[in-house]
Amino acid sequence: MDFQVVVLAGGASKNLIPLVSKEVPKPLLPVANRPVLSYVLELLEQSNLKDLIVVVEGQDAAVRVGGWISGAYVGRLRVEVAAVPEDVGTAGALRAIAHRLTAKDIMVVSGDLVSDVPPGAVAAAHRRHDAVVTAMLCSAPVSGPSESGSSGGKDKTKKPGRYNIIGLDPTKQFLLYIATGAELEKDIRMQKSILRAVGQMEIRADLMDAHLYAFKRSVLQEVLDQKDTFQSLRQDVLPYLVRSQLKSEVLLNGAPQAEENGNEKVNPLKNQVMLSQILANVSTPSFHELYGLGTNGSTRRTHKCCVYIASNSKYCMRLNSIQAFSDVNRDVIGEASHLSGYSFSAQNNIIHPSAGLGSKTTVGPHCMLGEGSQMGDKCSVKRSVIGRHCRIGSNVKVANSVIMNHVTIADGCSIQGSVICSNVQLQERVVLKDCQVGAGFVVTAGSECKGEALAKKEK
Amino acid sequence: MGVQRKGANRVAEDPEELTRVPLQAILLADSFATKFRPITLERPKVLLPLVNVPMINYTLAWLESAGVEEVIVFCCAHSKQVIDYLKSSEWFSHPNFSVTTIESHNSISAGDALRVIYERNVINGDFVLISGDTVSNMSLTQVLKEHKERKKKDSNAVMTMVIRRSKPSPITRQSRLGTDELFMAIDPNTKQLLYYEDKADYSKGVICLDKLLLTDNPSISLHNDAQDCYIDICSPEVLSLFTDNFDYQHLRRHFVKALLVDDIMGYKIFTHEIHSSYAARIDNFRSYDTISKDIIQRWTYPFVPDVKFFGNSATKLERQGMYRASEVVQSRSAEIGPFTVIGNGTKIESNTKISNSVVGEGCTIGSNVSIEGSYIWDNVIIEDDCKIMHAIVCDGVVMKSGAVLEPGVVLSFKVVIGQQFVVPSYSKVSLHPQPIKQDSDEELEYADDSSGVVEILSITSTLEGSKEAMTSQLLEKQSWPTYELGTGGVGYVWSVCEGSHEEEWRHSIAPIPADKLAEAMQTTDDDLVLLTHDGSVLPTAGELKPDYNDSDDDVNEDSRGDSFETEAEATFLRAVHENIEEGSAILELNTLRMSCTKSCADAAGVIFYSMMKLSLETPHSSPSELFNNAMNVITQWQKLLKSFLTDIDDQIEVILKFEEMCLESAMEFSPLFSQILWLLYDKEIIQEDAILKWDDEKKDADDLDKVFVKKSEEFIKWLREAPEEEDEEVGED
Repeated sequence: MDFQVVVLAGGASKNLIPLVSKEVPKPLLPVANRPVLSYVLELLEQSNLKDLIVVVEGQDAAVRVGGWISGAYVGRLRVEVAAVPEDVGTAGALRAIAHRLTAKDIMVVSGDLVSDVPPGAVAAAHRRHDAVVTAMLCSAPVSGPSESGSSGGKDKTKKPGRYNIIGLDPTKQFLLYIATGAELEKDIRMQKSILRAVGQMEIRADLMDAHLYAFKRSVLQEVLDQKDTFQSLRQDVLPYLVRSQLKSEVLLNGAPQAEENGNEKVNPLKNQVMLSQILANVSTPSFHELYGLGTNGSTRRTHKCCVYIASNSKYCMRLNSIQAFSDVNRDVIGEASHLSGYSFSAQNNIIHPSAGLGSKTTVGPHCMLGEGSQMGDKCSVKRSVIGRHCRIGSNVKVANSVIMNHVTIADGCSIQGSVICSNVQLQERVVLKDCQVGAGFVVTAGSECKGEALAKKEK
Repeated sequence: MGVQRKGANRVAEDPEELTRVPLQAILLADSFATKFRPITLERPKVLLPLVNVPMINYTLAWLESAGVEEVIVFCCAHSKQVIDYLKSSEWFSHPNFSVTTIESHNSISAGDALRVIYERNVINGDFVLISGDTVSNMSLTQVLKEHKERKKKDSNAVMTMVIRRSKPSPITRQSRLGTDELFMAIDPNTKQLLYYEDKADYSKGVICLDKLLLTDNPSISLHNDAQDCYIDICSPEVLSLFTDNFDYQHLRRHFVKALLVDDIMGYKIFTHEIHSSYAARIDNFRSYDTISKDIIQRWTYPFVPDVKFFGNSATKLERQGMYRASEVVQSRSAEIGPFTVIGNGTKIESNTKISNSVVGEGCTIGSNVSIEGSYIWDNVIIEDDCKIMHAIVCDGVVMKSGAVLEPGVVLSFKVVIGQQFVVPSYSKVSLHPQPIKQDSDEELEYADDSSGVVEILSITSTLEGSKEAMTSQLLEKQSWPTYELGTGGVGYVWSVCEGSHEEEWRHSIAPIPADKLAEAMQTTDDDLVLLTHDGSVLPTAGELKPDYNDSDDDVNEDSRGDSFETEAEATFLRAVHENIEEGSAILELNTLRMSCTKSCADAAGVIFYSMMKLSLETPHSSPSELFNNAMNVITQWQKLLKSFLTDIDDQIEVILKFEEMCLESAMEFSPLFSQILWLLYDKEIIQEDAILKWDDEKKDADDLDKVFVKKSEEFIKWLREAPEEEDEEVGED
């Protein structure tokens, strides 16, 4: 398949402080004891998309990610790791690696996507309609919006969060409108012209842009070149393409055509071809083609923006906030356990054979205990992930939490809804609720924290 | 009807069924619009023949067949004619179907009508609200059931609107029914109507949906392809709502929209989509044409010419959709084409061709006549060699031999067209003179803007009263100017009102001219241009999109003036900084000027102001440098400035503006006043006449105002002497 994949892996994402650090950039954050990036890479591998460019923000992070990939995927994927400066935005990152893009179509996927939606299906939808962009949409996650931060997994609002407002045609194949970010807070402003062309539009607030796109390369490069203020694919490039789809400003097929102030020259040949296509084609032409024909023989330039809507049964989540980090970890060992790639025991949990449990210690379902971790007596673990080589004392309660590698937890601690990064030390009787503890931090004995982010001061 | 009978037979488990009230309908026998003028000056719209049957019969026959038991006919304009007609017809004597009338003379809108009906206290339950110009064959069973069920669950569901899907093409609506395009937002699950916009305001290319809509409904479907059938199932609350809100006039524009935005009372409107049945409303001449054709082509079955319902005579359907009444006298050589209806007692002579038309009863059509796509009502006399294309010809019209009607003509009752006379396209001819346009606020409010003509009901009713007198008076007046309708012509040609001229083609029965069609398409395009342009100034990541200006539509004239000044200045500065060509800068400024309805003088003043401001802002250390700056700017942009100086007054405006600047905003210029004035003169931007006139004007002003006149005294003096010099020079040559 002539598809090149760009994985935008990110770097030291600000949203995820204190979870990310120099040692652990965002792509390497563990989800069920595997780097989050591995989920995307394996998903792509399953769809036979093996020609990848992984874009990492920051040189150091790139080296780390590159090192991990070459170790883990040698011989399986053709991966190039490219470093881009921080804060260039997703569009900026693509601009920086534009010279490496050669294939006809480019798939751009965010490195923090944890999903089982086949990217191949998105690619196929893209090719089928000869679209300039195809975006994957999935149902918006049910937990509260990411802003609610560290409110914990329990008190999630029942209402789906609003991530996007999306306008679709009646066949649900074309993207007619998209609002993201700050636009969500305002009234919806819909172009009448597109509504006229399509007749009926469905506006949905329960879908989310999953940040997996297929672009026509020529178009993507052109837009990136011409609109140098565009920083984000999600907020600038995609809305721009959607907005201009009936008044296309991009050159399709790379063939340069004379631009004449909006009055495109009639191309009789193309028009005829189009007409005959429509007449001959068994399937009804899309509204783009009808609109493009115009009334009096003049053709209008249009381009298609398509969507692939993942079915509700599929899992799709982006790890772009601390809340999402907890949610994804919980889901991967819980309801979306097929994603983890592990085989679960009869108790519906995974305990590495080398892990040791003290007497009267229980590990509930939907839990994971990594290699070489040791637990003392009378501990209880519920719906949590515990990494490798952790030392956990006695009478420790862990619920709804993620504990990374080499963490030492002394006796009598209670950890709820928290994230404990690698090499953290919790002394006796520490009580944490809805906290994040940054790498290498030491929590002194007897502290009680609620909803706090604890981290070492940056030098 | 069937449903209710069933309900009555059922065991009394449902108390509501026990206290069952007969299904009622309110039929508004007045459209409260002026689109059928001048015909409606003489006959109410509901009595106009639609394929040789008065419109109201279609509505009543449908209501009867749909199980309505009691119809309340609300008559307003020409109420006597409507009541007389109903009395003479069989509607009053129909079993199981009672027709009562309510007469009102001072109602000027549907809102008033409903208020009158509320006062009469005749409505006891849910009712069907329609106007007397509706043609439909839909069954009401389903929609009534849905309405009742919803009402049981939610007492706020007061109304159910019937909508129908039309083809999704930007111009279908226009080409079919001649109505404005309609945008609706509907909840796909509950079918609740969330947004309704029927006035296509072309200046706005966007629809603005309240963000709160989506918080309540995860998905909304937005329709441009739906057609409002104007058939509403209403709960009795609707009437009291109209009474409570005495300012509601128009059913859609006021009532529906008000309910949609009002979230205090929480009333809800729902929609019901019909798929296979027919429903449409005759709103204007174009829909008259379309619906007539639909009837002939049997979409409205059983309400078609050859099926006997009330008020039509026996006609026979022949091949190719040709209907002919039994007693038609037709010459052997006359050709009657497809989809044509010929009424009883009509005579057609040799070599006449009629196609796609309706001819009424008792018409006499001469030889060699061609009639295409037209509607000829009863007792019309058309002499030899006439040509009629896409026209409406009312009762009793006489067309003398060789007369021609171009597409879109409407001839009202008893008009006479002279020999060989060609009536130009879209003309409306009536025996009644055109009413003088009055613009009382109240009437303007509800009058349809697009029709351009303001309905004046008081006039209509007085006209009705004195109709006979007037007609006779008119007939007495024998001397009709021949230039209006040819020799022997009788009637007034109505002039098209200012502004509605371009609208004429929208509502006429003539096919839409190709250029208008292209134009209509162009408008849709233009919206797009506007938006893409908008889109190109996109926010960068994270940056908020600034609110568009058009959200505050109610900016008053003053603030618009300010915005013109700032905009014009910005345009000019952009031209300077981005090296835009003078030509395009002029174009841009002119467009701006037009859109703000400013005069050239205003524009010139602003441009001059911005030029001076620019030279002031260019770094300078001494007055002479400032002068140099000004000179450079003026030299560079003189053409731009000149293009807005059409006459001397504009030039004076520039001088006054300059004066004002020197006094207030840019004192630095005051020592340079006369120098710059000279410069402007030298560059031929300002002519000496203007300067002299300015001087003259200032003569009587107080001293304070004369500061600058004094400063340029020498220059003016020189000017006053100069002409002689020039003359001398000329003389010497």
